Amino acid sequence: MAVRRLYPEQPLSFAFTPENLAWAKREIAKYPAGKEASAVIALLWRAQEQEGWTTEPAIRAIADMLGMAYIRVLEIATFYTMFQLAPVGRKAHLQVCGTTPCMLRGSEALIDMCKEHIAEHQHELSQDGDFSWEEVECLGCCANAPVVQIGKDTYEDLDPELFAKMLRDLRAGKPLKPGSQTGRQTSCPAGGPTTLLDEPKRGTEKV
Amino acid sequence: MTKPIIIDGQLVEVEPGTTILQACEMAGVEIPRFCYHERLSIAGNCRMCLVEVEGIPKPIASCAMGVTDLPPNKDGAPRKVLTASPMVKAAREGVMEFLLINHPLDCPICDQGGECDLQDQAMAYGVGGSRYLENKRAVEEKYIGPLIKTFMNRCIHCTRCVRFMTEVAGVEELGAISRGEDMEITTYLDRGILSEMSANVNDLCPVGALTHRPWSYIARPWELEKTQSFDVMDALGSAIRVDSRGPSVLRVLPRNNDDVNEEWISDKTRFACDGLRTQRLDQPYVRDGGRLRPASWDEALGLAAQKLKAAAPDRIGFIAGDLVGAEEMFALKDLSSRLKVKSIDCRQDGAKLDPWLGRASYLFNATIAGIDKADAILLVGTNPRVEAAVLNARILKRWRQGGLKVGVIGEAVPLTYKYDYLGAGGQTLQEVADGRHSFTEVLKGAQRPLVIVGSGVAARADGAAILGTAARIAAAAVEGKDAAGWNPFNVLHTAASRVAGLDLGLVPAKGGLDVAGQLDAAARGKLDVLFLLGADEIDVPVGPTFVIYQGHHGDRGAHRADVILPGAAYTEKSATYLNTEGRVQMTERCVFPPGEAKEDWAILRALSGKVGNALPYDTLAQLRTELYKDVPAFARLDSVYAAPIDGVSALAKVTGNIGADPFVSPIKDFYLTNPIARASAVMAEMSALKKTMQGEPRLKAAE
Repeated sequence: MAVRRLYPEQPLSFAFTPENLAWAKREIAKYPAGKEASAVIALLWRAQEQEGWTTEPAIRAIADMLGMAYIRVLEIATFYTMFQLAPVGRKAHLQVCGTTPCMLRGSEALIDMCKEHIAEHQHELSQDGDFSWEEVECLGCCANAPVVQIGKDTYEDLDPELFAKMLRDLRAGKPLKPGSQTGRQTSCPAGGPTTLLDEPKRGTEKV
Repeated sequence: MTKPIIIDGQLVEVEPGTTILQACEMAGVEIPRFCYHERLSIAGNCRMCLVEVEGIPKPIASCAMGVTDLPPNKDGAPRKVLTASPMVKAAREGVMEFLLINHPLDCPICDQGGECDLQDQAMAYGVGGSRYLENKRAVEEKYIGPLIKTFMNRCIHCTRCVRFMTEVAGVEELGAISRGEDMEITTYLDRGILSEMSANVNDLCPVGALTHRPWSYIARPWELEKTQSFDVMDALGSAIRVDSRGPSVLRVLPRNNDDVNEEWISDKTRFACDGLRTQRLDQPYVRDGGRLRPASWDEALGLAAQKLKAAAPDRIGFIAGDLVGAEEMFALKDLSSRLKVKSIDCRQDGAKLDPWLGRASYLFNATIAGIDKADAILLVGTNPRVEAAVLNARILKRWRQGGLKVGVIGEAVPLTYKYDYLGAGGQTLQEVADGRHSFTEVLKGAQRPLVIVGSGVAARADGAAILGTAARIAAAAVEGKDAAGWNPFNVLHTAASRVAGLDLGLVPAKGGLDVAGQLDAAARGKLDVLFLLGADEIDVPVGPTFVIYQGHHGDRGAHRADVILPGAAYTEKSATYLNTEGRVQMTERCVFPPGEAKEDWAILRALSGKVGNALPYDTLAQLRTELYKDVPAFARLDSVYAAPIDGVSALAKVTGNIGADPFVSPIKDFYLTNPIARASAVMAEMSALKKTMQGEPRLKAAE
């Protein structure tokens, strides 16, 4: 993990959209009076979903909403890597899992493709500003390695070819189908069932 | 119910809530630590305090493990803690090695060298060498204000500074961003810290990451002579240690004193000491043809004595300043009565505090430690954050424990804790006194209420009426309560000399003039001689009045003076000060006064000889004998010389009209309140920084 800093160029202001603001107020109301700070991660996350990344004005705005010191919110935003402190691609920010199972199943090739097709370094925008990428720790889909996460969805069972198609579709704005890209059902065996192949015989066994 | 525990074979009985580390200290066993600090919350992140508990397979962080939290032995026998076992030794060596992976080996150029916890503990508990060949982490320097110099490469992430700023100073400015090896201590976007107590983090820092910027690279701790003394920058009398080398005071550090300052001091107490080296009066001067010229002691004293002898007693005035000790005030009082002068006053600000009403009418009666027990506090016209920063930290400490209600009548300023703003002035005070305000109920419902009156309101024209009203509120608040000995009426002074002055009776005798009266007489040409003993907070009108100034700094008083008698500052003389609660404390001489300057009592003694009415003491010891004969309580050092409660009832009978002006704190600029601070370059810088930062809070402070 590298040192996480705020991006040097920040927007001038931040404000939740009316819907998000209403949602944020509901979120804050979940906690007892005096414990409003408990909502900080939820609000930061919603601000990031709205803006694409976590901006400095957003940190201040959320601190003011929750009655927290700015530094306390900054601590949280810099602690969790889920908060993107730099602008991300307009169309997609790809989080490529590089932990052992994905690495063994070829995530290094995917990372090389990111370097080639998106940007040389993590958290850098592609030239057209549409894409950015980063290598992340385990996404919890080891059975379907290698895995790439975009937003809230994971795209699984990738290989360079499928990944290239994914990038093409993203660029073209075609909708992607989350989950396994080879077509298998969740984490079921890749080539169809391998056990329990015979039909269970009902009613013949005596208990 | 106490619980037994065996520490290295020694049985200790501890109260519930005691941690293993505290139990070890009770047993006299030293546990190394970096993050643990007894006045801060427990973080448990340095792991240096690991100990072995028999029957538990892994070492335990003793600072965070309560003795009562240890699972009991099966046979019910007390748990055994080992602090010198091979496992503990290995654990300490391991932690030390980890801490030193990223700690630079720059001790020879580090200001903390010689008083560094890491250095000492590496010597005591570490291994000799390092097995790591990798590069060390490099951290960008941070700017956190002109008082704190940072070398963040050295930081070991103990977070003591973060906890101090949040919990004691009450300013959530410092934080730890990022995590793991990349964790960095910083302020939000490198803003400077705006706190009156910020430099205490330099003492807390166990390594050289945060050091004192004003003193950087000027001395090694082992070169300095350390003298225990007391502070006079405010009326708290914080315990300090003055470090000096040769003729100059190089630094001032806090000492432990649970009754007053715990172990904190304000930034002014700490850093105003560079003012002790500048603007000093180091030889006598006399005014000649409108200009001051250096003179000999003989000439200056002779001229002063000649003027005093020539003037009629009712045309002479004596004013004692805010930083003078009891000894010289006693000598001044003695001299004035020998000259039959009635116009003598120690209340430069014109406070309507009257010693004839009893001592309780001008003391912080509940004592500073009493704040820990309070459950309701009414602040009347005081901003304790600037008037007594350490006392404000004490209120914050009590407030953080919960169950404390604070009400403020006066300025609505940030006080680091939440309070109910009741109103701006006399009208609200009257409402509270008459029971027409909801806060009256709060005070009535409290077991140990406190009413703290600032010296600013006491100095108003209607000060006596305000003090009387506050005393009535205080008396009503404890009426019929079983709070034996609890005196809820408190005056928070800002001048270190005030309580001693009032105790000695440095107030005009019948027919005499107070400070305002003397200045008025001087303006109208009705005062021939005005003697200022370190009085710098008043403006003596230009005119025929002959002004004798005795003091240590070329400040306001000296500018107007016709004769200057150079005296000694608080670090240069042994003098008695009574703090706002009436605690008798004696400073020590750390260095000699500069040049020809003398100790103040000796100057007065010499002057009295020239006047032809010599004071009957030739040594400080003889003077003290006389002083203690006059006020025996002054001999009881380091104890509160408590006042009988009846003083408050006498004060409560004082009535009068309270003006409509809002109550304001007497301190306009925290950093420039006395001649020493005004002579200090560091204080001037802080004062300027505070102004720019308050005007533009989002501005990044310029280095």
